[in-house]
Amino acid sequence: MTSGGIRPDGIKPAFFKRAAMAAAAVAGALFTGMALANPKPGQLNMTRGVTEWSSEPYFLNNVALGVCVVIGVLVFGAMFIAMFRFRKSRGAVAEKWSHNTMLEIVWTTIPVIILIVLAYLATGGLTSFADTTGSQMTVKVTGYQWKWRYDYVDYQGKAIDKVGFMSKLDDQSNDTRQLGSGLDPNAVKADGEQTYLLDVDKPLVVPVDTKIRFVITADDVIHSWWVPALGWKIDAIPGIVNAAWANIKTPGTYRGQCAELCGQDHGFMPIVVKAVSKEDFAKWLAEQQKPAAAAPAADASAGASASATAPAAPTKG
Amino acid sequence: MAHAATHDHHDDHHGAPTNFFTRWCMSTNHKDIGTLYLIFSLAAFFVGGSFAMVIRAELFKPGMQLVQPYFFNEMTTMHALVMIFGAIMPAFVGLGNWMIPLMIGAPDMALPRMNNLSFWILPFAFALLLSTLFMPGGSPAGGWTMYPPLSLQTGSLAYAVFAIHLMGISSIMGAINIIATILNMRAPGMDLLKMPVFVWSWLITAFLLIAVMPVLAGAVTMLLTDKYFGTSFFNAAGGGDPVLYQHIFWFFGHPEVYIMILPAFGIISEIVPTFARKPIFGYKAMVFAIAAIAFLSFIVWAHHMFAVGLPLGAEIFFMYATMLISVPTGIKVFNWVSTMWGGSMTFETPMLFAIAFIILFTIGGFSGLMLALVPADFQYHDTYFVVAHFHYVLVTGAAFAIMAATYYWLPKWTGHMYSETWGKVHFWSSVISVNVLFFPQHFLGLAGMPRRIPDYNVAFANFNMISSIGGFWFGASQLIFLGVIIHAVWFSKKKATDRVWEGAKGLEWTVPSPAPFHTFELPPVIRDEELAHGHVED
Repeated sequence: MTSGGIRPDGIKPAFFKRAAMAAAAVAGALFTGMALANPKPGQLNMTRGVTEWSSEPYFLNNVALGVCVVIGVLVFGAMFIAMFRFRKSRGAVAEKWSHNTMLEIVWTTIPVIILIVLAYLATGGLTSFADTTGSQMTVKVTGYQWKWRYDYVDYQGKAIDKVGFMSKLDDQSNDTRQLGSGLDPNAVKADGEQTYLLDVDKPLVVPVDTKIRFVITADDVIHSWWVPALGWKIDAIPGIVNAAWANIKTPGTYRGQCAELCGQDHGFMPIVVKAVSKEDFAKWLAEQQKPAAAAPAADASAGASASATAPAAPTKG
Repeated sequence: MAHAATHDHHDDHHGAPTNFFTRWCMSTNHKDIGTLYLIFSLAAFFVGGSFAMVIRAELFKPGMQLVQPYFFNEMTTMHALVMIFGAIMPAFVGLGNWMIPLMIGAPDMALPRMNNLSFWILPFAFALLLSTLFMPGGSPAGGWTMYPPLSLQTGSLAYAVFAIHLMGISSIMGAINIIATILNMRAPGMDLLKMPVFVWSWLITAFLLIAVMPVLAGAVTMLLTDKYFGTSFFNAAGGGDPVLYQHIFWFFGHPEVYIMILPAFGIISEIVPTFARKPIFGYKAMVFAIAAIAFLSFIVWAHHMFAVGLPLGAEIFFMYATMLISVPTGIKVFNWVSTMWGGSMTFETPMLFAIAFIILFTIGGFSGLMLALVPADFQYHDTYFVVAHFHYVLVTGAAFAIMAATYYWLPKWTGHMYSETWGKVHFWSSVISVNVLFFPQHFLGLAGMPRRIPDYNVAFANFNMISSIGGFWFGASQLIFLGVIIHAVWFSKKKATDRVWEGAKGLEWTVPSPAPFHTFELPPVIRDEELAHGHVED
């Protein structure tokens, strides 16, 4: 007899691909009810993100999850059937066979085919991610223990001079997170959103519908710049400049955190990206480029979503 | 073939020194050294576990309640180092020490004095490592991977590096010993392709150890000279490259992952046939799959580094190579299931742990496949999704296999049956709590919670609380394990038979229970039908 319950060999690979896609769609439908850009309580799946590219990891995640669920149901199903059918207590007598060449070939081949499909999908997403050419804007991101610095390098072909600032954890979160502060993390809010440890004094402001090239480095130890809504993270490494890109499609405030252990306050150096329309961005940029004395009035309108208390004047780091 | 040892039947310590110090500290006996390794490992399991309890307690709810962030980082770092180098690896070496000579019909390990040395290095290495917790400035807190430049900020780096050197020496000597034993000391007729899969898995693991432990030693030595002797291997300002460390480290680190799981594959491949009362399905495929996984482990290291900004070609290569691992791993899982199919199964505690291993390790394998997909990994990397993944393969994988092996061979070691009831209580309590502990961490990672953070946004509060409850429960469950072992060693009245399990096959079951101090002083006569894998040519 053959080891039934695993996989009859008549099934074609295409079926598995279709089944995987279907399962992925079901998984997606189940889990994405609240797949908004920022983490939500009870969130079960990855965010779809808000950029041109960020659906790639989301799609791959769902397809791979679907494939795993289907294989898991088949394999664990076979195991449980075996455990119920072939119990000694039910009088099962052990058989003697320990080989089935055909079966072994089948369950080596089918996973290879599934892997080829997954590899094909993943390679496509990877190639488009690696292409940072044709960007309309460049922002330099520098990681420090334990804050970020943003420098605007160029926008629409023109170099930007002296627009750059430090961005660190907002004061309310910082007070609350002290050991034994007695303050309630639930009380830390900005615009009705619970922003404990996910808010900064001065967010990175960028335009939507613009291919932005991020050049990312660090000044002390390795950090990692990660905003889930942008779909990727990339390490900020001293002495190395990494590049990545994002083209944000929806205006909004997107929150992330440092993702590489960087010392005691690793958990306290969030990232906030505020995506605004091109017009608002042009206005904001013009205000940033004014001399320092004129800047504070402009800050409140564009700078921060929350407790923006730091001066908007560009600081030279 | 039991005749060689039967005269010892009523005196399990015949020939053993009566002086405690001589017996245990100067031992050259593979069984006593195996016992020492296992006791050491169990102690380290509880020490590392207590660090995990601190972590889960701080993460129980948002806000910092118990420890400072730096101490939290010390805990995550030491938890990993103690569990990997103190609990999992010594446990497998202990099992190998005890069982390999018994399984291949050898009187002892090939190099008994080196065996003693390789064990007795370990307590000193760990004393050195753990002492850093009490030093001004604290223990290493840059993660067990010790990435520079962060790790170079640690005052106690030198202690950690020397501790790792010592552990590495210990592991290499242990590996040499195991290879020498398996290749030279098999009883006549115990051909390589009749060896138990556990012995095969250890032979391959030992080669991995010899290949990669020196690489780790090199990497940490470079950290040492960067910090204290002014070199710039990893210092960009001096012309070095911080990413170089990660390449070297993970060239060690990925085979290391398989060092911690291949012997587990071997254990499961012994236990499942015993309790299914049916020979293992596809013995040769099982052995070749282990060898294939071992080979692949050398060419996948950069999948730990997809976010460091590798060139496109490198990301594609390491993605494909990593995905390939799921083929031999899949073969193993399919073969275990096929071994059960058509068997006559009973579900004693070792079998329960083996079944849980197959299911839960496979879940860890699934998330591993997902992590291999580079674009998705850009999201998963360094999140709780990764934490969930490697705890599924290391806790419900490696640690469950060690527990399965403990229950499986404990009657042979002690001569007494453990309490089956309490073993099952331990199993069910562990298997439920471990999933409460680690399954929600998948969701946390997908929702965006980075790993190694001491505090988090309130959106992550519910799953963290569930995970912490599971953590305390799992931790408490292991006290049952300790109780079952203590009971079996000193208090159990129920004598174990020589064969112990109805379906058990192989040389280790032909010697009395408890196994006498010396076994197979004369090589046993091998009869293929008494071996677990005696007929593979059919």
